[in-house]
Amino acid sequence: MRLSEADSPRLAGAAAPAAPSYLTDGTTVMSWLNTRDHKRIGVMFLAAVLFFFFIGGVFALALRIKLLQPGPFLVDALSYNRLFTLHGIVMIFLFLIPAIPSAFGNFLVPLMVGARDVAFPRLNLASFYIYVAGASLAIWGMLHGGADTGWTFYTPYSSTTPTQVFPILLAAFILGFSSILTGLNFIVTTHTMRAPGLNWMRLPLFVWGIYGTSIIQVLATPVLGITVLIVAVERVAGFGMFDPARGGDPVLFQHMFWFYSHPAVYIMILPAMGVISETVCAYSRKNPFGYKAIAMSSLGIAFVGFFTWGHHLFVAGQSTFDAGAFGILSMFVGVFTAIKVFNWVGTMYRGAIAFKTPMAYVCGFLYFIVFGGMTGIALATTSLDIHWHDTYFVVAHFHFIMVGASVMAFLAGLHYWFPKMFGKTYHEGFGLVAAALIILGFNATFIPQFLLGNEGMPRRYYQYPEHFQALNVASTAGATLLAFGFVIILVYLVIALGWGKQCEANPWGSKGFEWMTASPPSTHNFEEIPTITQMPHDYRTHEPPGVIRGT
Amino acid sequence: MNELLRRLLFLPDQASTFAYDLDQLHYFVIITTFFMSTAVGLTALVFFARYRRRSETQTTPHIEPPWWMEAGFVTVPLAFFLLWFFLGFHEFVRQQTPPSDAMDVYVMAKKWMWKFAYPDGPNSINVLRVPAGRNVRLLMTSRDVIHSFYVPEFRTKKDVLPGRYSQIWFNATTPGRYQILCAEYCGAGHSIMRGEVIVLKPQEYEDWLAQQKRGALASRQDGSPTEYDFAPPLGNLVEQGKRIAAEQGCLKCHSTDGTRHIGPTWLDLYRRREKLNDGTFVDADEAYLTESMMDPALKVVDGFQPVMPAFQGKISGPEVAALVEYIKSLQSDAVRTGPSEGPAYAPVRGR
Repeated sequence: MRLSEADSPRLAGAAAPAAPSYLTDGTTVMSWLNTRDHKRIGVMFLAAVLFFFFIGGVFALALRIKLLQPGPFLVDALSYNRLFTLHGIVMIFLFLIPAIPSAFGNFLVPLMVGARDVAFPRLNLASFYIYVAGASLAIWGMLHGGADTGWTFYTPYSSTTPTQVFPILLAAFILGFSSILTGLNFIVTTHTMRAPGLNWMRLPLFVWGIYGTSIIQVLATPVLGITVLIVAVERVAGFGMFDPARGGDPVLFQHMFWFYSHPAVYIMILPAMGVISETVCAYSRKNPFGYKAIAMSSLGIAFVGFFTWGHHLFVAGQSTFDAGAFGILSMFVGVFTAIKVFNWVGTMYRGAIAFKTPMAYVCGFLYFIVFGGMTGIALATTSLDIHWHDTYFVVAHFHFIMVGASVMAFLAGLHYWFPKMFGKTYHEGFGLVAAALIILGFNATFIPQFLLGNEGMPRRYYQYPEHFQALNVASTAGATLLAFGFVIILVYLVIALGWGKQCEANPWGSKGFEWMTASPPSTHNFEEIPTITQMPHDYRTHEPPGVIRGT
Repeated sequence: MNELLRRLLFLPDQASTFAYDLDQLHYFVIITTFFMSTAVGLTALVFFARYRRRSETQTTPHIEPPWWMEAGFVTVPLAFFLLWFFLGFHEFVRQQTPPSDAMDVYVMAKKWMWKFAYPDGPNSINVLRVPAGRNVRLLMTSRDVIHSFYVPEFRTKKDVLPGRYSQIWFNATTPGRYQILCAEYCGAGHSIMRGEVIVLKPQEYEDWLAQQKRGALASRQDGSPTEYDFAPPLGNLVEQGKRIAAEQGCLKCHSTDGTRHIGPTWLDLYRRREKLNDGTFVDADEAYLTESMMDPALKVVDGFQPVMPAFQGKISGPEVAALVEYIKSLQSDAVRTGPSEGPAYAPVRGR
């Protein structure tokens, strides 16, 4: 909804004359590096994760180009192994985990709950610098040899390989603290800093998603910290916890690792689901269909996600009984996701849908999460996993979830909130072209990988039997399209940032609470703390969200 | 129908008793998945068209789903998922439970090869011979890191763990040759850690086994007379070395034609002056070659990673000799022209 002339002064008037926007309130480098403003910290996180997304993407392309040939090509076996390890570590620990919570979460959670900042602004800045420290150590490790263990660090390989695993493990340990502090901050902010009238059943769905994520971050990350620390100590001091040659148990590592790393998948996907809940409502101009179901299923996923780690170990030597128990628990996670999917589609019913760039990503997201999610359930179907385990089917499945769902949601959010963050608009036509390229390229990259897995090609293969070549070439062709799509986005967003025209406070006519204030917001977000009198995304009236301003 | 779907989904041949049953569940699950994702995607597209925005000031009604609809959102997928689970787990239990009449073969995995040992005597490297139509149980363990025994045509896979035994069983239905792939990442040679299952007709298998037993008796080391005359010819040391190099997997990392691989090439290696990764030089003589087989991490040639496993206790003295002789024979230029530099041993701990 574009605000009518009569409405806009009320909104614009909130910020226009007095307070400068957070972008212009202090322009020195120090004013950014030493800021406690959640919006600036969010923007710095955004820049950092985009940088690592680029690095990880370059690694991915190098891998795909090598896989054009079944024999040795371009790089040697050790470099290939390092490349896929670094691709995984960069994409997971440096991009996906902080991408939505730390960048968008930081920027939007206080705006959405009507607060001036997060509960612990200094801790928030510390979280950013801990991330920078961890990322620097990871880069140092990469430049000094790099690890060749895969991002899963399976012992005893990781405790015996001569490559530089130690700095990378330490980096994962340090990055964990950034994640924990951010999670803690959001939990406290959501509990204590909500605006008057904003009870839990009016909380925006993005905040519910971030809240569920934060619980996982706070509870699961310490286990990863312990696990990687033990591996590090095992390497340095010969501690025999996981290495059987020293009396350890290699499968114990897998249990401990997946106790974090399975919920970590939900750290990456729950905020993405929150982004989709917001964008579907905003562009369909419709209240969320089944608000409670979507909100509660976020908590359901956060809870059940802790009890499904064993589905990574069906062929690794856990008992048949354990396999059954973990198999059946994994089915419930699938149900919570299904509830959300049906409710998002239901939200569009009788809406007023504007097919803008974020909506194209939503469309891709819906298809990818159903296909990716159901192949995940198929993988958790114990007997099917025997054939698929550690093949390209698994690779394709989690890329459907991580790229197909999380990255699509990230891009939807990036476009939806771009005017909110920078007060500029991007070129809609280029946006749609890039979205079409990315969705097409993504399918062309990963559907052949599902088939490769069916055919039996194991993952992490430097050389492969020649009958796998055709599908590998198809996949690489798709990856090229995908990369091209991302380059287009980079170009038009940079143009929009530098030369884009100033947009109005609420260019989408959204009734999400974050649009109650100016775009970009002033340093303290609101002139006065608003009082919330309605659900988010209530489009029964033509009132702007500014109607819920305080008394 | 089975054949059509199998080819559409790029599934390999069905060569064990598990394969057909597993593929049926596979078809069911994948078809449901395709149907659901297409249905959700199409519904969204239809809504995009049907409920497109008609004016910039359009308002919409507040709609919440009735309780039965939410209940349906939960129960319908759950019913499907549970059905998958029970069908799958039934098959999983079958695969996890070896029948009591199965014949056993011991499997030892190490970087980067498979070793098979039959209780009645024969051993083999990278080639597993089994009779068709008989239950076979593999008892597997690893020497170093985790590997995973995977035969796509059998639809079976199991991790091979160091310090533990794991078991797997199958019943191969179709005689033929099937690739064994390592499915758990195990380092530089992971992707070439391949073996082969040769499924023989039962009679052929018996013949092979009998022949192996004769061979094993004939080459007994204690020199006692054997029942049969048959013994495989041993050949000279160079020929033996060539065979041992292939059996022990040396050639997976070392080339014999001068190309650079995971390890230094063997061509012209003998008496080559090698620069080590600590900057010193070593003469690749018999002593260095032997030491490098027994304790490879001690003196690593510059530019290579110390990934070679130690062969201490894994190859016998005569085998080492045969390997050294084989390496000596690999000369691109048969006549040595340069002057001999003489032995260049560094004194060991000052002695």
